[in-house]
Amino acid sequence: MAKSITLSIDDKKVTVAEGTTILEAAETCGIRIPRLCYHPDLSLMGSCRVCVVDVKDMGFFMAACSSPVWEGMTVRTNSPEIRQARRDIVELLLDNHTKECQTCERDGNCELQNLAYSLGVRERLFEGERKRFPREVSSLSVIRDSEKCVLCGRCYRVCAEVQGVYNLSQHGRGFSTIVTPAHGAAMDESVCIQCGQCINVCPTAAFLEQKHTDAVWKAIADPDLHVVVQTAPSIRAAIGEGFGLPPGTPETGKMITALRMLGFDAIVDTDFGADLTIVEESHELLQRLSAGGPFPMITSCSSGWVNFLEKFYPSLIPNASSCRSPMSMTSVLLKTYYAEKLGIDPKKIFVVSVMPCVAKKYEAGRPEHAAASGAPYTDAVLTTREAIWMIQSYGIQFESLPNGQFDSLMRIGTGAADIFGTTGGVMEATLRTASELLTGKPSDKLEFTEVRAVEGLRELEIVIGERVLNIGVANGLNNARVLLDKVVSGEKQFHVIEVMACPGGCIGGGGQPYPPVGMKVLDPRLLRQRASALYQIDGGKQLRRSHENPSVRTLYAEFLGEIGGPKAHELLHTRYSAKRPRGI
Amino acid sequence: MESATDNLNEIMAESRKALPADILAYIEEVMKGSEPHSQLISVLHKVQGHFGYLAKEQLDAVAQLLRIPQAKVTGVATFYHFFRLKPRGKFMINVCLGTACYVKGASEVAGRFKEELGIDFGETSGDGMFSLESSRCLGTCGLAPVVMIEGEIHAKVKPEQVPALLDRYRALARGEHA
Repeated sequence: MAKSITLSIDDKKVTVAEGTTILEAAETCGIRIPRLCYHPDLSLMGSCRVCVVDVKDMGFFMAACSSPVWEGMTVRTNSPEIRQARRDIVELLLDNHTKECQTCERDGNCELQNLAYSLGVRERLFEGERKRFPREVSSLSVIRDSEKCVLCGRCYRVCAEVQGVYNLSQHGRGFSTIVTPAHGAAMDESVCIQCGQCINVCPTAAFLEQKHTDAVWKAIADPDLHVVVQTAPSIRAAIGEGFGLPPGTPETGKMITALRMLGFDAIVDTDFGADLTIVEESHELLQRLSAGGPFPMITSCSSGWVNFLEKFYPSLIPNASSCRSPMSMTSVLLKTYYAEKLGIDPKKIFVVSVMPCVAKKYEAGRPEHAAASGAPYTDAVLTTREAIWMIQSYGIQFESLPNGQFDSLMRIGTGAADIFGTTGGVMEATLRTASELLTGKPSDKLEFTEVRAVEGLRELEIVIGERVLNIGVANGLNNARVLLDKVVSGEKQFHVIEVMACPGGCIGGGGQPYPPVGMKVLDPRLLRQRASALYQIDGGKQLRRSHENPSVRTLYAEFLGEIGGPKAHELLHTRYSAKRPRGI
Repeated sequence: MESATDNLNEIMAESRKALPADILAYIEEVMKGSEPHSQLISVLHKVQGHFGYLAKEQLDAVAQLLRIPQAKVTGVATFYHFFRLKPRGKFMINVCLGTACYVKGASEVAGRFKEELGIDFGETSGDGMFSLESSRCLGTCGLAPVVMIEGEIHAKVKPEQVPALLDRYRALARGEHA
């Protein structure tokens, strides 16, 4: 039990545990001190100084985020002098910043803009030289625009501390300081795994996703194209936030109606691809169990994780499931199975996917996911944010829409597919199917709540029939490293490992909506609410095991042949290769 | 830039090839300690001592061998004024811009060097002969304005003396004694 400390904040007595910072102590009495570089889940920087407060007898203003409280401390969070100091700090940041708020992607959703407003910055007093850097657009997923960078350091902290990638760092010094990959290299020549968490935590628009919205508007307007959109499981759990609905509201029906109003010719469910992934992946697991390996089998749905595998752990490539991701499986089938059944020329089919993820933009551009002609199976990838923007831009009143239904051959997804969007979901879905396949009889056990690694990392044993499976589940790549290092060193034998690159899984993906007011990126409450939307959808479905999906059964009967058979292998599986630069 | 299998051995071999034996031995020693990361700057010092500057190949090698992320290594290398990322010229020219030298016209002297060599501070002439740097007080204010070339002090330099000064070092490089 930590020692209690009593201090005074704005004349109020506050008692908190020793080690609490002034900023945290103020929050316990209802005061949110303005802040910029601070993020509760990242290491302390104390670089922006926006959170300065007056501590009696100190003689200088202290940064509340990085100053622990002491007994008898007297803090003042507001006074004309403090307000002036904060305003000056933000003014200085603004004067070294582009003046393009109205045309900026983050307009209305920018922490710097909000700070400037709430601190009362109404004019610019320190006009002078400002930094000029070109936009860096080499990556298929992530744009870096250092002119908008305020050097808060959140991007490189999340990259190193949460994702274990450490692609970014401050380079140079003084006025010319810039955040870049090693050697100031372009993002596509770096160890970037394209997860997009830098975009999520950036307070401004210094990091953004590559836009695909223009390509999608254009395709929709083209009468010769049959434009199909697929939506990932986690979109329905987060899209409502873009329209002011409380986090955790499942919005499958309204989402479908909105997409139909945008003009898509067909709307299919990536859940279908997720069920198919489970059927193929469970088959792969069974094969490995009977062949005695290679173990562990590691899931490969998360594109950020696949990129990490290829750059950081290529020795584990043989362990990764060869299954394509649900998105790519769905896209492949749209341009083969769906095209054949509906009698549409695959060249005329334009596949759009709505993903919680920016790494999917890179996945869509991988040559492994292109047809023999070189044409990609997925033509455009929209993040949840981009899809929300398109719906808003069209003028669709999302909140009042009636519920719609997915279309055609690929409309059914089981509950097992819905939970793909949250940590442990792919594992749970695999176990739901594998437990029946392994024992050869129906299983009573449906929910495997023990694999839901809400805290980021879990290791456990699951008993199926007479077998004991060693399971690992990780989200956030620093957590994954713990498991992967054990595998590489031989310290522990796992049978199956699920890795999701982003914290919480896809619900915390790099393409999800910026958090609503009062919440922060990576906020465990927000992730819990989004996850609960998925479990709610799962719980409400009749079909909750992937292999029970009747559309998937039809697909095998009428098109693919055997599970894990030659045609399934050709269309639904892929390969990975070690990539450079090699991460450390 | 792909290979089907793990590329670590390949990369470690390349890294070892990029550094001389004494630095490899030093890194090996450092890696036995409890905090190898804390020795990054001392390793970079040695690399610069050997090569005269820090090239990409060597920085990547240091990162791989010390197991420190590349971005951290280049972040450190670009932060400190001491580290050079480009090859240095045969002769390092250091123009003092400290207060006394400045008052005595050091900035005109520096300007003449820039003009004669066609380079700015921090750059190296096209023929690889001269690098130009500035410093804040060399501690010999009585001789202001002071220019140091390869450790040799030149006192009370006037802008019009610059061409002859440069020629002297060019002759030195040709093996002539001026």
